[in-house]
Amino acid sequence: MEHSVSIKDLSLNFGHVRVLEHLNLDIDQGEFLVLLGPSGCGKSTLLNCVAGLLDVTGGQIFIDGKNVTWEEPKDRGIGMVFQSYALYPQMSVERNLSFGLRVAGMKKDEIDRRVARASEILQIEPLLQRKPVELSGGQRQRVAIGRALVRDVDVFLFDEPLSNLDAKLRSELRVEIKRLHLRLKNTMIYVTHDQIEAMTLADRIAIMKGGVIQQLDVPSVIYNKPVNLFVAGFIGSPSMNFLHGEFTGGASPKFVSQGVNWDLKGYETLPSTGADKRQATIGIRPEHIAINDEAKSMPVTIDVEIEVVEPMGSDTLGWVRIGGESVTFRVASEIDLQVGQKLTLGFDPARASVFDGNTGERL
Amino acid sequence: MTDQAISSPAAGMATDVAGPAGPKPKRLTASRVGVYAFLIIAALFFLIPLWVMIVTSLKTLPEIRLGNLFNWPSDLTFDPWIKAWTTACTGRDCDGISPGFWNSVKITVPSVILSVFLAALNGYALSFWKYRGSELFFGLLMFGAFVPYQVVIYPLIIAFREIGIFATLPGIIILHSIFGMPILTLLFRNFFGSLPGELFRAARVDGAGFWQIFVMIMLPMSVPITIVAIILQVTGIWNDFLFGVVFAGRPNMPMTVQLNNIVTTTTGIREYNVNMAATILTALVPLAVYFISGKWFVRGIAAGAVKG
Ligand SMILES: Nc1ncnc2c1ncn2[C@@H]1O[C@H](COP(=O)(O)OP(=O)(O)OP(=O)(O)O)[C@@H](O)[C@H]1O
Ligand SMILES: [Mg+2]
Repeated sequence: MEHSVSIKDLSLNFGHVRVLEHLNLDIDQGEFLVLLGPSGCGKSTLLNCVAGLLDVTGGQIFIDGKNVTWEEPKDRGIGMVFQSYALYPQMSVERNLSFGLRVAGMKKDEIDRRVARASEILQIEPLLQRKPVELSGGQRQRVAIGRALVRDVDVFLFDEPLSNLDAKLRSELRVEIKRLHLRLKNTMIYVTHDQIEAMTLADRIAIMKGGVIQQLDVPSVIYNKPVNLFVAGFIGSPSMNFLHGEFTGGASPKFVSQGVNWDLKGYETLPSTGADKRQATIGIRPEHIAINDEAKSMPVTIDVEIEVVEPMGSDTLGWVRIGGESVTFRVASEIDLQVGQKLTLGFDPARASVFDGNTGERL
Repeated sequence: MTDQAISSPAAGMATDVAGPAGPKPKRLTASRVGVYAFLIIAALFFLIPLWVMIVTSLKTLPEIRLGNLFNWPSDLTFDPWIKAWTTACTGRDCDGISPGFWNSVKITVPSVILSVFLAALNGYALSFWKYRGSELFFGLLMFGAFVPYQVVIYPLIIAFREIGIFATLPGIIILHSIFGMPILTLLFRNFFGSLPGELFRAARVDGAGFWQIFVMIMLPMSVPITIVAIILQVTGIWNDFLFGVVFAGRPNMPMTVQLNNIVTTTTGIREYNVNMAATILTALVPLAVYFISGKWFVRGIAAGAVKG
């Protein structure tokens, strides 16, 4: 199948600052791809390149098999939704929606038909005659999505569309965007630095750092098998526990650290990893740590004493110290944890991740 | 005074435990009094000459000779105003100041429209359509804001004469537009620079081009700053004397130049009442502009200051 969007060897500099370097990315028809990364890693820049709002320094961009590297934004078959909504303040909602169509010289009845359809999908019909200042944040963002919708494009670009909204509205609109995608089946590229948005919306997630895609995969793989320390630490909340020590690869992998000597039987080392001993970091997700009875059945166990307890409502976080390093674990909120309480923790090495101490790559 | 709430602790009332509550009582402090006194004196300083001008313009010449500068005219007359407008002598011609008024209108209106439009366009292009060297261009333009007029007058006379627009109406209009450009461009560039760039990008994605974005999106948003620019230009150009006397040409002399001619005419007696009336007539346009649009002016400047 032809890729919907294909980015080949893309580079972009702002003067001497290299923001993107030789970036490659293929996005399938109808795929929901999320670009996730810390602030300043080049997500918006990449999106603006795809939209044609920035001239690329090198490389090519294909949309639906057509080379659009030199095309104007309007000729690329894209619609874009911005973080600040970017509604035209002097125009009513209706005229905001129809602006692009009017500029393109479309017939009046066709414009009306499309505006009616978009406002029906987004449920903004009662707002059509209002000015943007008279709308709430959520309504504004709906109109902004509608402006992309009326243009009947193949590819939707979202640049942090929900980050100006409060938490409740954000989760509501998140679901709506998901519904929209199920209904329209367009290709969507969605920039965010909210990992919950990324995990819930994405077909695939591209994790970016410093203008480079670190890992591109489905959410579950990103979550369970991060390719390096950066991805492992970036995804997940509360974040993954890291212990530093020595790792021996091969058929019966082992992890040794201060006060710890773990047999990691069941951990799948990558074929490229040798059997030799090396500095390494083991990463274990707080929710993959079991306690007491459940822990006893785990391949790896350790006895600890609780230092801090954080009740979160839906669940409870416990903080302990293993080999001088802080480790958190997560249990259901019914379980009563006490500071100073002694208990046994356990985990399954198959669900852990081990990273090279020098390169940070998965072993 | 209303400071009872504060002084009441001495009285030892039960409610005192709560401390201050409700709106803070306003007190007239020494510094407030000082500020008001200064403002009143400053206002008088500017209003007294105006008062003298108005009453003098409404007096007959014999009454003026009696002195009593500040008195309301005992023999109220509007003749000086009529004479100033229709028959006062500005040098050789004796048509009053009205031709000058219309000349000033003919110079000011096109100059203001042209310069404000060009500056808006300039500021828009410099903010959103950056091209190679646009920063340099803007820097040079800003430099232009600091060039003293006297320095460039002679070269400009020669240049305008060579092009053939010296001492013509188009010539003076172009001149005013050029000299308004630096400060107005700065004004508009700062305004457009304060708008979110995403607005511009959204319009690009919607397929709008240079002119469509300018006319359909940017201009409607820039009403307050445009009004500021218009006020600056109307008052500046209307009050101009130097360029008018040098570049407008005899048939197009603006009101300020003709006013000067009326006031400095030395033949016969000095008609102070006519001079005063002519002066007020000349000042009427900028005054009206300030009164009508002062609110907008402050608002526009503030909008630029907060966001720019
Ligand atoms: N016009 C510009 N000139 C120079 N550098 C720029 C420009 N725009 C962005 N950058 C730099 O490029 C890098 C990437 O910026 P970008 O806006 O793509 O980040 P981002 O990933 O979208 O971040 P955020 O999550 O904060 O929106 C940043 O380091 C930024 O400082
Ligand atoms: Mg961004």
